[in-house]
Amino acid sequence: MAGNAKQLKGNTRWALGLNATLVYVFFYAPIALLILFSFSDDPLVGRWGGFTLDWYRAFGENEEVQSALGVSIRVAIMSTVVSVVLGTMAALALERYRFRGNKFFDALLYLPVIIPDVTMAVMMLLFFTIARNAASTIFGVDVSKGVWSVTVSHIAFSISFVSIVVRARIAGMSEKLEEAAQDLYASRWQAFRYVTLPLILPGIIGGGLLALTLSLDDVVITQFVAGPGSTTLPVYVFGLIRRGVSPLINAVSVVMLAASVLLVLLSLVAQRARGGDVT
Amino acid sequence: MGDEMQDQAGGPMTAAVDIQSVTKRFGDVVAVDNVDLEIADGEFFAMLGPSGCGKTTTLRMIAGLEFPTEGSLKIFGEEVGTLPPNLRPVNTVFQNYALFPHMNVLDNVSFGLRMQGKDKRESAHAAQEMLELVQLGGMAKRKPDQLSGGQQQRVALARALVNKPKVLLLDEPLGALDLKLRQDMQNELKSLQRELGVSFVFVTHDQEEALTMSDRIAVMHDGKLLQVGTAEELYDQPVNRFVADFIGQTNLIDATVFDADMIVLANGTKIRAPNPYPAGDKVAMSLRPESISIGHVDEVPDEFRSTSLTGTVSDVIYLGHSHVYTVNVDWMPLEVRTNATPTSIKHEPGSEVAIWWDRRSDWVVPDEGHGA
Repeated sequence: MAGNAKQLKGNTRWALGLNATLVYVFFYAPIALLILFSFSDDPLVGRWGGFTLDWYRAFGENEEVQSALGVSIRVAIMSTVVSVVLGTMAALALERYRFRGNKFFDALLYLPVIIPDVTMAVMMLLFFTIARNAASTIFGVDVSKGVWSVTVSHIAFSISFVSIVVRARIAGMSEKLEEAAQDLYASRWQAFRYVTLPLILPGIIGGGLLALTLSLDDVVITQFVAGPGSTTLPVYVFGLIRRGVSPLINAVSVVMLAASVLLVLLSLVAQRARGGDVT
Repeated sequence: MGDEMQDQAGGPMTAAVDIQSVTKRFGDVVAVDNVDLEIADGEFFAMLGPSGCGKTTTLRMIAGLEFPTEGSLKIFGEEVGTLPPNLRPVNTVFQNYALFPHMNVLDNVSFGLRMQGKDKRESAHAAQEMLELVQLGGMAKRKPDQLSGGQQQRVALARALVNKPKVLLLDEPLGALDLKLRQDMQNELKSLQRELGVSFVFVTHDQEEALTMSDRIAVMHDGKLLQVGTAEELYDQPVNRFVADFIGQTNLIDATVFDADMIVLANGTKIRAPNPYPAGDKVAMSLRPESISIGHVDEVPDEFRSTSLTGTVSDVIYLGHSHVYTVNVDWMPLEVRTNATPTSIKHEPGSEVAIWWDRRSDWVVPDEGHGA
């Protein structure tokens, strides 16, 4: 309580203030620099050469960047939609029903969260290679890696995160509410639609945004399973750095940063505006 | 007046709820064990017992939230064994109410009507009317978490009753309310039930609540139905030790049957106690504290000589309207409750006393159903 808070004395107060300032500088100085130098009219990163919007123009005109951005968005949306549906279903099953092997599936579902990215990436690569061989021997079709393999990989790791977030929400919701709905003549589907869904929606939105962010961010796994034409924006940026850095990277990064911030804001708005009207 | 009570239909009445040989198992656990129960239409019926006795499971089976493992369950003659809850003509007031937190009071109450496909305006109108009935007309736009416990209770009641159920089920409906509010709600529930004429089936662990409100009470213990009867029947003629002990307060005195008219207590005293059990059977005599008289040893009236004991007062508590004595009779303490009037004599601890009772007020039960 505020009334119990101790009055901080001179030195302590000063030291804590400095600490807080340093933490914030540490967090935000790189971001400030990134934004600043994305407007620098000098081809060398980190040298100020006057204000320009050229890099943003280049971002808009560069076909490679545009195609990478397109791939990123497509993959992110598809993997988010699928992982939200599957993750929510998994969360409902694990939280609401008792069945044989419940604990085992529980542990299994969370494995992707703790598996290192590189391991996951190698696993996925191996899986797609074998799947491709199998497909060509059995069906005689060639399924080389591409946008679909990137999407499948993203779904694979996103499901875990979605279901963790959604489950926390379901666990906080009394089963009695669903029973009450059914007692009040709602079918199972109606009980889900009008009672369960509105109440776990913040969890679903939260999980979905997490999946979206993870998908837009991922470099390691995507790089392993991407085929020709399926380079995502982060992978492209990563490649750009190796070929020599230009302030274009700054501009791309700022756009990605802005997109992330926008997503978070959207999620806050969505959660505040949630309504459960039966219509 | 001359006119006789008659069933208007002329034939045998169909029970509102008819439970026959119903057993419910959860894995190896038997929650409800071969229960037979009939609840009449328009009856205020209580299911009473300690937690884990199977009363809530029985209620949930009537609601359709659990299905019987064995047996038959009928609602107004229709077998509903495995019919899902949304297809049954019953509604439930849940323990802790289970109001939908994301809907306002009006939407909560109209939910059932909407799910039955009723028109939105019509439903809202009916819901508003029901809210007026439970005196919450002005709360329609509030969210449940903006209401007090008592108000939430009324919303839960309105939400169930607006659907005009043929049977209303109530699961510990007053458990979450404080004492004063609980007593008010008891009266309100009772008058609401009379007004609507619908069967109320309610589950409680509070015997006083059950006794005050119900037409009939079913006492359950360990999944078994021990006794069904009116409050008086349960209080005066319990079928075993458990019921005797659970309903009200009583002294249970171990004894052996001597003959159809006498029993022998542990210290060899013969007591007049009419009973239907064979000689030599282990029984217990239930003696209500308020039906015992207390006085000096030489004061025992002649007609009560065969139903009296002597002992020593070990404790006395004054409760304003009564004295509660603890009297040690040789081998066990008995509780005696007498009216305290300005003229009544108070027996101090340590004094030798006699206690006696009318032989119609003792009651012999078989020595089974130990412990609560």
